[in-house]
Amino acid sequence: MNLHEYQAKALFKSYGMPVPESIIAKTGAEAKAAAEKLTTDRVVVKAQVHAGGRGKAGGVKLVDSPAEAEEYAASMLGKQLVTIQTDAEGQPINTMLVEETCNIESELYLGAVIDRASQRVVVMASTEGGMEIETVAHDTPEKILKASIDPLVGLMPYQCRDLAFGLGLDKNQIKQFSKLLGGLMKLFHEKDLALVEINPLVITKEGDLICLDGKINIDGNAMYRLKDLEEMRDKSQEDERELRASEWDLNYVALEGNIGCMVNGAGLAMATMDIIKLKGGQPANFLDVGGGATKERVGEALKIILSDPAVKGILVNIFGGIVRCDLIAEGIIAAVADVGIEVPVVVRLEGTRAKEGREVLDKSGLNLLSASDLGDAAKKIVEIVGDAS
Amino acid sequence: MSVLVNKDTKVLCQGITGSQGTFHSEQAIEYGTKMVGGVTPGKGGQKHLGLPVFNTMRVAVEETGANASVIYVPAPFCKDSIIEAAESGVSLVVCITEGVPTLDMLEAKIAADQNGIRLIGPNCPGIITPGECKIGIMPGSIHNAGKVGVVSRSGTLTYECVKQTSDLNYGQSTCIGIGGDPIPGTSFIDALALFEADPQTEAILMVGEIGGSAEEEAAEFIASNVKKPVAAYIAGVTAPPGKRMGHAGAIIAGGKGTAEDKFKALEAAGVTITRSPAELGLAVKQATGW
Repeated sequence: MNLHEYQAKALFKSYGMPVPESIIAKTGAEAKAAAEKLTTDRVVVKAQVHAGGRGKAGGVKLVDSPAEAEEYAASMLGKQLVTIQTDAEGQPINTMLVEETCNIESELYLGAVIDRASQRVVVMASTEGGMEIETVAHDTPEKILKASIDPLVGLMPYQCRDLAFGLGLDKNQIKQFSKLLGGLMKLFHEKDLALVEINPLVITKEGDLICLDGKINIDGNAMYRLKDLEEMRDKSQEDERELRASEWDLNYVALEGNIGCMVNGAGLAMATMDIIKLKGGQPANFLDVGGGATKERVGEALKIILSDPAVKGILVNIFGGIVRCDLIAEGIIAAVADVGIEVPVVVRLEGTRAKEGREVLDKSGLNLLSASDLGDAAKKIVEIVGDAS
Repeated sequence: MSVLVNKDTKVLCQGITGSQGTFHSEQAIEYGTKMVGGVTPGKGGQKHLGLPVFNTMRVAVEETGANASVIYVPAPFCKDSIIEAAESGVSLVVCITEGVPTLDMLEAKIAADQNGIRLIGPNCPGIITPGECKIGIMPGSIHNAGKVGVVSRSGTLTYECVKQTSDLNYGQSTCIGIGGDPIPGTSFIDALALFEADPQTEAILMVGEIGGSAEEEAAEFIASNVKKPVAAYIAGVTAPPGKRMGHAGAIIAGGKGTAEDKFKALEAAGVTITRSPAELGLAVKQATGW
């Protein structure tokens, strides 16, 4: 689950990390009131969406008066923000963050992530703040300092000092940095973060550290023990079909193509997309119906696939393990009859009682084409959809 | 021979009285797996599926002499169950459960390593040596004893490997589903080393997917340590960056973890790659000259 910048900063603050004073605004008038209440002459007004690259996309503005804050916020709220990280439609802007400015001396980067290779939480720090860390890692990897945290021991003070000296901080800043990083690691563990980034972490002209931006991604598997964070979930930032799918415990990801896919198992679902492409077609989605491919779930999955107007054909690929294929076939037939599908559907059933399943499909009288294997199935649907368009 | 499990493996089920534990233990018994008991705290002394139920792993291992356990408990309790198993005296722990928090796994993995046990999973189909021992949720009937070692991050793609190698009459020595999570108990490298050392395994079929760098690390390992022919497929060429594709670990992040990078690394290591999931068996045929 992703958080907005203002939510991340609220968490930072509650863990004793320095952030600028700020107020959120849902209307132009609220933005004006916020700017009046804040104490700096200039304030920054920032669109709150789940995507990076907001500054370059016009989603961040420095303003000199409350009237200007109101005008800008009002012009942005209710619109979609398209950045290099969003799709062509962009993300809806429902909230603006109005924040005090500071005198920036230099910009650092501080982040932490679960490193899969070392199986540790790894802290990354760099003097190259304000840039994409991926770019820094690619162009000048020597400028990224790292500390690997032992899960049983936790962050050690020496690791804070090690990074701080590497960043060239002075004595007072080293103290601030150690406190800040301590808070960040406590937050990381208590709130099951998957990724956190402070970019930039600013050194002010007065010599103090302050977190000027915040990005947090939370481990979805841990949400059951993070009830307080569940309330921070902003469903307006999520894809409508993906959201609907998640309510049925289906994994759906929209793609650009025109062949819908319904598959059991995440790996096989990706492989099905790949083979459609390999045969010259374009997959419209990733969809994993999971192990319990019941009639209801299959029906809902088909509805979600068909809610994409680009879909001109559907490939159903089920490798029945414990679940019997003949039962799945009956589920598909019932769902197809119920949903009223007009596009061609190719079904590949394999595994337990697959032969019986295919017979059930063939006898159904519905517009279902059964395929003998994965290659055959992909070839068939690509041909049918190709001929039709 | 085979790897990790065989007809003598004595298996305990953690969470045996739950619905998943019950269903899959029944299937395992039917397959011929030597199930020797189960653990459900508070239900010690009862019988379930004709097997003794114990309150703790320690007592269960003492009483049954089990050397493996399979975990079907809900995700919030898996860290506890894995560590309990790791400290109970079994040498193999297979965690089937999906949805274990990643930070829990960092700690559970350390406990497994410190106790010298082999952990498989979580979020995996399990491990099977055809005709001898099935630990997990895979359909036993599609497997045939044979000479291909299968290792995969995906469940249903493992079944695809099994079907295609069975269709060519190669059969499987052992199939290991290492699972789709970011922190797996067993890595590709672990599985490759086991297959390389196993006399029954004559070739290895590995199936990776987008996310992380486990396949690249495996490629490096293969280049210097694996003499047996290896065939490989990577799922997710068409997956968009930044999107989690079902599995917690299947995500292209910051331009890293693409299928193309993995294919390239494996090809450079001398692995026979296939870009078609319908040609997994054929890739083994090409790799081996069978």
